Amino acid sequence: MTGYILKRLLSAVPVLLGITVIVFLIMAMIPGDPALAILGAYATPENVAKINRDLGLDAPLVARYFIWLGNMLTGDFGTSFSLNRPVIDEVLDRFSATLLLAGTSFVLCSVLGIAAGVISAAKQYGWADKGITFAVLLGISIPSFFLGMMMILIFAVELRWFPVSGMKMAYGGGGFADVANHLVMPAFALAVVATGVVARLSRSAMLEVLRQDFIRTARAKGVREGRVVWGHALRAAMVSIIPVLGIQAGFVLSGAVYIEMVFQWPGVGRMLVDAILKRDILLVQGGVVFVAACYVLFNIAVDVAQSLLDPRIKT
Amino acid sequence: MQFLSLLLRNRLAAAGGVVLSLVLLLALVTPLLPLANPDVTDTANRFLMPGEQGHWLGTDHLGRDLLARLLHGTRLSLAVGFAAAFFAAFFGAAIGIIAGYFGGRTDNLIMRGVDMLMAFPYILLALAIVAALGPGLTNALIAVAAVNVPFFARNIRGVTVGLAHKEFVDAARLAGLGHTRIILTEILPNVIPVIVIAMSTTIGWMILETAGLSFLGLGSQPPQADLGSMLGEARGALITNPHTSVVPGAMILVIVMSINLLGDGVRDALDPRLRSGALTRPMPATRVERKGTIPAEGEGGAVLNLRQLQTQFHVKNRIYKAVGGVDLKVAPGECLGVIGESGSGKSVTALSVMGLVASPPGVITGGAVYFQGQDLVGAPYERLRALRGDKVAYIFQDPLATLHPLYKVGDQLVEAIRVHHPVSRSEARARAVALLKQVRIPNAESRIDSYPHEMSGGMRQRVGIAMALANDPEVIIADEPTTALDVTVQAQILSLLDDLRRERGLAIIFITHDFGVVAQLCDRVAVMYAGRIVETGPTAAVLRAPAHPYTSRLIACVPELGGGRRRLEAIPGLPPAVDRLEPGCAFAPRCLKASAACREGDIALEGPGARAVRCIHPEAELEEGVA
Amino acid sequence: MSTVLKLDGLTKSFPVGKRLLGKPRGVVHAVQPVDLEVQQGETLGIVGESGCGKSTLARMLVGLLPPTDGSIEINGAPLDNADPSEFGKKIQYVFQDPISSLNPRKTIRQVMEAPLKRLHGMNRAARDKRIAEIFASVNLREEFLDRYPHEFSGGQAQRIGIARALAAEASILILDEPVSALDVSVQAQVLNLLADLKKELGLTYLFISHDLAVVEAVSDRVAVLYFGAVVEVGRAEEIFRAPRHPYTQLLANSAPVVGRALTAPEGRETELPDPLNPPSGCAFRARCPHASEICAKEVPQLSGQGHRAACHHPLDQSSATETEVSSQG
Repeated sequence: MTGYILKRLLSAVPVLLGITVIVFLIMAMIPGDPALAILGAYATPENVAKINRDLGLDAPLVARYFIWLGNMLTGDFGTSFSLNRPVIDEVLDRFSATLLLAGTSFVLCSVLGIAAGVISAAKQYGWADKGITFAVLLGISIPSFFLGMMMILIFAVELRWFPVSGMKMAYGGGGFADVANHLVMPAFALAVVATGVVARLSRSAMLEVLRQDFIRTARAKGVREGRVVWGHALRAAMVSIIPVLGIQAGFVLSGAVYIEMVFQWPGVGRMLVDAILKRDILLVQGGVVFVAACYVLFNIAVDVAQSLLDPRIKT
Repeated sequence: MQFLSLLLRNRLAAAGGVVLSLVLLLALVTPLLPLANPDVTDTANRFLMPGEQGHWLGTDHLGRDLLARLLHGTRLSLAVGFAAAFFAAFFGAAIGIIAGYFGGRTDNLIMRGVDMLMAFPYILLALAIVAALGPGLTNALIAVAAVNVPFFARNIRGVTVGLAHKEFVDAARLAGLGHTRIILTEILPNVIPVIVIAMSTTIGWMILETAGLSFLGLGSQPPQADLGSMLGEARGALITNPHTSVVPGAMILVIVMSINLLGDGVRDALDPRLRSGALTRPMPATRVERKGTIPAEGEGGAVLNLRQLQTQFHVKNRIYKAVGGVDLKVAPGECLGVIGESGSGKSVTALSVMGLVASPPGVITGGAVYFQGQDLVGAPYERLRALRGDKVAYIFQDPLATLHPLYKVGDQLVEAIRVHHPVSRSEARARAVALLKQVRIPNAESRIDSYPHEMSGGMRQRVGIAMALANDPEVIIADEPTTALDVTVQAQILSLLDDLRRERGLAIIFITHDFGVVAQLCDRVAVMYAGRIVETGPTAAVLRAPAHPYTSRLIACVPELGGGRRRLEAIPGLPPAVDRLEPGCAFAPRCLKASAACREGDIALEGPGARAVRCIHPEAELEEGVA
Repeated sequence: MSTVLKLDGLTKSFPVGKRLLGKPRGVVHAVQPVDLEVQQGETLGIVGESGCGKSTLARMLVGLLPPTDGSIEINGAPLDNADPSEFGKKIQYVFQDPISSLNPRKTIRQVMEAPLKRLHGMNRAARDKRIAEIFASVNLREEFLDRYPHEFSGGQAQRIGIARALAAEASILILDEPVSALDVSVQAQVLNLLADLKKELGLTYLFISHDLAVVEAVSDRVAVLYFGAVVEVGRAEEIFRAPRHPYTQLLANSAPVVGRALTAPEGRETELPDPLNPPSGCAFRARCPHASEICAKEVPQLSGQGHRAACHHPLDQSSATETEVSSQG
């Protein structure tokens, strides 16, 4: 198993490099003088000189890539001119808040989605199935940012159950109760779409599995129906559900951008949008590479989980 | 045509289609409607409520008419969403088909690139693209289309790889077609439904995505507004004037929901598996709808006695009479062979005994199954379950598909024991090892921790047999247990089964299509054709002097080893479809001896002693066979 | 009689555990060097169990797989599959699964027209005439032409598959398990049709099957494949009655035959050798009752006249199969 994890980690290296290449190439599409583009409104002559020196912007494209990559490997993601702060510090602060939000949503969507999918499949065409199918359809059709706004109207403004917004930075204090109180609405709003997708997929994966011969074998053995569904069938269905959970983690991270805007959550998504609007290119670049790299590592964890579940995968 | 009617039959999809058409129509005629200019500001009249001063939906924070902005915004959102879906599908499909068809290094290179793109949470890529190109609706469209290309490419590639290895592609190659022609005429027509399904299920998603970018202020720029940026602008006044937010938000919801409803309908209508009902879940026990009187068991002596059993498949308006009144019985220690071609109903008969016929579409519509004198048809599920695997056990055909791929074989054996007997895990495990030894699996102690895929076909079938033996059942029903195996392995499994039944006095019902197997293993044989037994009797007697023309001609058309080169006696025609059975003998259309009487009413299964035949013109006078 | 098909040292190996760059982890020899000759008008049966390489062999013969080594000669000329429109006229293939060998979205007419158009460049009228002729010869009604594959039964679809192969006017047909997917009553119809066509059109067949009785019934000569190699070749009426290779004998004794008592002709491990890690010498030796030291050292070569076997200890031709069986009981 350790060998397999090492192997997967090793195979992530080219992917990580690929990510940096893609981000670099996209950023190289910016028209005009790169120094001016990167600095935007902060293009004082000193700043231009500094950035030309730091990033080797006079050098050819390939050389620039390696300078950039080399800097990143030493933890230097550049400086945000709009915030006047090292990019990496800002990203780390913001990412912890995003991780809290997205992580909670991810757990919610996995548990609720799989449970809903299994029940829906086991009671195919029954009332539970119809109810869940409709709820799922509504869930995947509603824009998460609209849902978040409506939740604010109902649960914060009308019912006053939860605060509208105002989550402090994760390190800002306030204690567990305060954080949890702020977390409930955004986490649910963010989880809704992903829960719908997971439920849908779990349902069809379960239906597929329930038709398999080995389910008939289990029934022919006299195994109780509850165990047939939640044991034999779900276990086999997890083989196709787990990769989807990996993809959904990406969707939750993506959806977090909208939810952070709606709930004023101090996460990395809001940081990126602000940075784009302020044309703080280095902050965008650093944020994207950092989050994408974390996502790659998460997907390795998903692969490892898959190999633990399925003995047919060669480890 | 069939597609449209299927789509319309789906009420939800039709409703989605109607709503979407209305929205589309409204979007198309928007420029012709007498609406206020959506971009003219009138700050004096900001935040009017719906209905005030002739503004049907009120005004926004700059006093612009919300209805006009809504309709123009809808137009824009739809156009961008559809365009993004089209471009993503086009480029994604092209990449996927090329990678999937050519395979090898081309595939490897392309898919590595796709994997790279998919390694991003998609919005990061979209944000990076917008960051580089600058905010704007066109750039948002490019970003959304670009991040969706990998999804299409991967999906279409998977389908293409499957198709590229299909035999009809090989056949086209042998017919002289080149690569381009094969892609265009063989692959593409089979991929298009998948592309359509993928598009119809993702358009809604793309509309959400472009609206999302606009919501963030990265899409359409003021004063132009799509639904997303309307919502984004309204956010500031969410608490004071919620209607400005609700209007565009609800519109997005309506559009996306109707597209998703329609998309699901399109998918259901195009996917052949959904169409054939292959994705319905079988219930824990076959549905029973018994009409008419329940036949009595009659004379005893049999451990399992099937009386006038009828099982049908109800598929849409058709009724397939898979089993049309079968009488079978098996005594302790006896091996009964049931022989027939595919579609003869032999397997369905076997599965009906314990209610294991998949339902839907299977329904047991008549007859009785007496196990030790008690009728099992219509018995409560819990009673059936208690008997399954404990008193009546099954061995199935394909040992790879019938064992759970993710459980160790030992755990599957232990479960079989513990579900009926409250013994400890270690006790059950010891028993499992003993069972594996009984079925002559070498190194049983270590093999018990193997997964099914780590064993050969023969070893897996031995596990299947061990599982059937786990609770010392009274009856074993073996449904073509050796058909998937090689001939040398088959011989071993058959001899194992033969030894076991003699040692344990098991009653076995052995389903097969092979006369050689029946002859070697079974005491009695029943021949099935079109859901009914046409002849039965002691194996040796039936094989020596078959009485039903079908039996005798079936025996004649199977070549037997050692006969040298020869011409076979083929039976002309095809077995009948069991949803359109004519009255009388089902074999009559293929039978040389058929007379008018054969096509008139029911013919009884009659004969002296153990032998019986369902024929007016039997090949031979029945001699009373001795079992 | 002339040799129409000649295989010389034909070999296929597959790399396993491929990497993007660099060497694969291992190599599986699916087909070991095979030498075979097929005479004009002959049916050569090829028989073997799953995984013996018979389908790989067949796919190489029709150019769907490039051989790793060795040569294929048709009518004395080396096989050249660079130009599919020339190659298809020499040798054709009938597939195991008749339904999946037809494109579900093409009518039968479109399926039939492809070889006529691409291989023979016929115009519309000529094609219609030719299709009518071929359909008559395989006993299919012309009204089938405008239907789609899913409307046909297995037997009908297999006739269509045969008709398509005939349309190419190749003189050699590779029949890869052509009746395995069919029910026995239909199987006999197709086998008889193949026999009639062969006589009428002077075809040469390579008939591949796992069913010994079927192969025996249709073939002039039979080659037995084990673990990718030909272990025995001989006349159909002799090879199972008086096998010389112990594996052929095992096969013959395993086939269920009416009137013969049930025996397990083999008490030992039945697993095939690991293809990634093949044994030295004879691949069958672990299962062979006659194995000796030399079997572990040297790979046996086909030897003998006419009836040839690749065995260091070939069975005596006079000893009949039946006696062997009863002594093992």
